[in-house]
Amino acid sequence: MASLAHPRTTFGRVFEHRFRQYRRTFRASLFSSFLLPVLFLTAMGLGLGAYVDDGTSEALGGVPYLVFLAPGLLAATAMQSAAFEATFPIMGGLVWNRTFHAMFATPISGRDVALGNLAWITVRLTLITTVFTIMIVLFGAASSPLISLAIPAAVLTGLAFAAPIAAFSATQRTVEKFNAVFRFGITPLFLFSGTFYPVDQLPLLLQPIAWLTPLYHGVALTRALSLGTITEQPILALVHLAVLLTFVGVGTVLAVRNISRRLVRG
Amino acid sequence: MPHLPDATDPSPLIHARGLTKRFGSFTAVDAIDFDVAPGESFGFLGPNGAGKTSAMRMIGCVSPVTSGTLRVLGHDPASHGPQIRARLGVVPQQDTLDNELTVRENLVIYGRYFGLSRAECGRRADELLDFAQLAERSGDQVEHMSGGMKRRLTIARSLINEPELMLLDEPTTGLDPQARHLLWDRLYRLKQRGVTLVLTTHYMDEAEQLCDRLVVMDKAKIVAEGSPRSLIERYSTREVTELRFAPGIGETLDGRLEGLAERIEHLPDRILLYADDGEAAAAAVHQRGLQPEAVLVRRSSLEDVFLRLTGRSLAD
Ligand SMILES: Nc1ncnc2c1ncn2[C@@H]1O[C@H](COP(=O)(O)OP(=O)(O)OP(=O)(O)O)[C@@H](O)[C@H]1O
Ligand SMILES: [Mg+2]
Repeated sequence: MASLAHPRTTFGRVFEHRFRQYRRTFRASLFSSFLLPVLFLTAMGLGLGAYVDDGTSEALGGVPYLVFLAPGLLAATAMQSAAFEATFPIMGGLVWNRTFHAMFATPISGRDVALGNLAWITVRLTLITTVFTIMIVLFGAASSPLISLAIPAAVLTGLAFAAPIAAFSATQRTVEKFNAVFRFGITPLFLFSGTFYPVDQLPLLLQPIAWLTPLYHGVALTRALSLGTITEQPILALVHLAVLLTFVGVGTVLAVRNISRRLVRG
Repeated sequence: MPHLPDATDPSPLIHARGLTKRFGSFTAVDAIDFDVAPGESFGFLGPNGAGKTSAMRMIGCVSPVTSGTLRVLGHDPASHGPQIRARLGVVPQQDTLDNELTVRENLVIYGRYFGLSRAECGRRADELLDFAQLAERSGDQVEHMSGGMKRRLTIARSLINEPELMLLDEPTTGLDPQARHLLWDRLYRLKQRGVTLVLTTHYMDEAEQLCDRLVVMDKAKIVAEGSPRSLIERYSTREVTELRFAPGIGETLDGRLEGLAERIEHLPDRILLYADDGEAAAAAVHQRGLQPEAVLVRRSSLEDVFLRLTGRSLAD
């Protein structure tokens, strides 16, 4: 009789599967995680920044545009990668390759499948944001050693999207609605959540909407760490953290529920 | 009637009474009873939509039982799903291989799901690659393999945990005859080794080749149960005479075949005469001055059993 692994560690086997898949595309993927920040920081930070910095930069908290922008881009990139990882690979496992169903025929549970995938996304995000953060430092765009804590803050931002989006993906049979998620969710958030300019520059009507989105809180927290201003408003930072954790927590519960249901349905 | 094991039989590996699966108001499996004994090859034979997969998924502990009793390896799937699944080998109807990984990686990663060490997974993977005659394809990506190879890989994969009970849902559907025979050979070897096989199929030749005992399913219910031979004896004659007439003639024969056989079936493309002596029946047809375009005398098969039980042909 086959031995049974400890139930609390079985999701690690799902993680291992995802890691094996990743090894095949590792080089290409690592290359693009270096390339992306370089492109963004050069074009937006240095190029656009040269114009912005000519005027008054008071709205930006008195720092050069590149320094303002870099942590915002870090958090927004985590969001984008997370959204991608929580859509297509989940659809792949449930519908295309049906590899999650293969796992479910063994002692692996639906909970393991959900948690193993989220654990894998966490590691992916850590890799991407670490590389991004190194580039920020190399561009001279970090003004506090607290920038190292921006990595977990950005990962948390990504997970605040990955968990609920994975829960959504588990209810879909085709990728049709994924386009809508990106077009009407991820892209507008990228533009309107304080990544490129402070949210208080938005029309008053739009500002409360921004506050409801996890990216706003993720950008704010990541930026407060990168600029070192977190010590000025520690309570506000805790609020950002609490919002992000809520999204991760609720999203994870829903992801476990939806993926389990889907596996049972067949 | 379900086969009831006598007192000397070891306890059944699967025990089902009144087993039912509903999807909303639709009943996919309707109160079926059966037992599967250790070492037995047991089949579900039935047309599309009969409820075979729904039954297999309940036995495989991935789909909850709606009502009735089910015990697999002596346990209740509702409370011991993962423990039971640890001892099963499952070949699902639809392939669930990871196309991005290699043949060998698919075996190794599957072994890991059962908590086997990497070294043990590797050792068993190599053995199974030989068994499935895939050793030469070990490093190939699964995506590029033929349907028959994928099926063999899926069977090899299901053996990685040395299962006590194998569940095979249409193991050879969609394969060419050569690929099917290769698979049958592998399954036959497993049977020889004493592995208990439960399989579904809508091929009667597959059922006849592989099953010691089977149930015929139709519209969510079991309509007959027994060994292939006993089912044929009970529900059909020894031989069948198939007559094909030119288009239009078949309909004008009313009554002219009367008394030539125990039972006569009119199918859209042919007429079947059920008689123990098929040649005699064929001769009698000619004596009556009828001239069919083609006459074929053959032994009865499970197809005839199915036709008798349901009034429909099993073939799609
Ligand atoms: N998850 C589900 N939700 C709703 N209906 C389902 C579900 N799964 C199966 N059914 C229905 O139950 C019936 C039996 O399906 P099942 O797949 O068990 O048949 P089958 O005998 O395996 O057929 P096939 O030979 O085509 O594989 C079908 O009418 C099918 O549409
Ligand atoms: Mg089926």
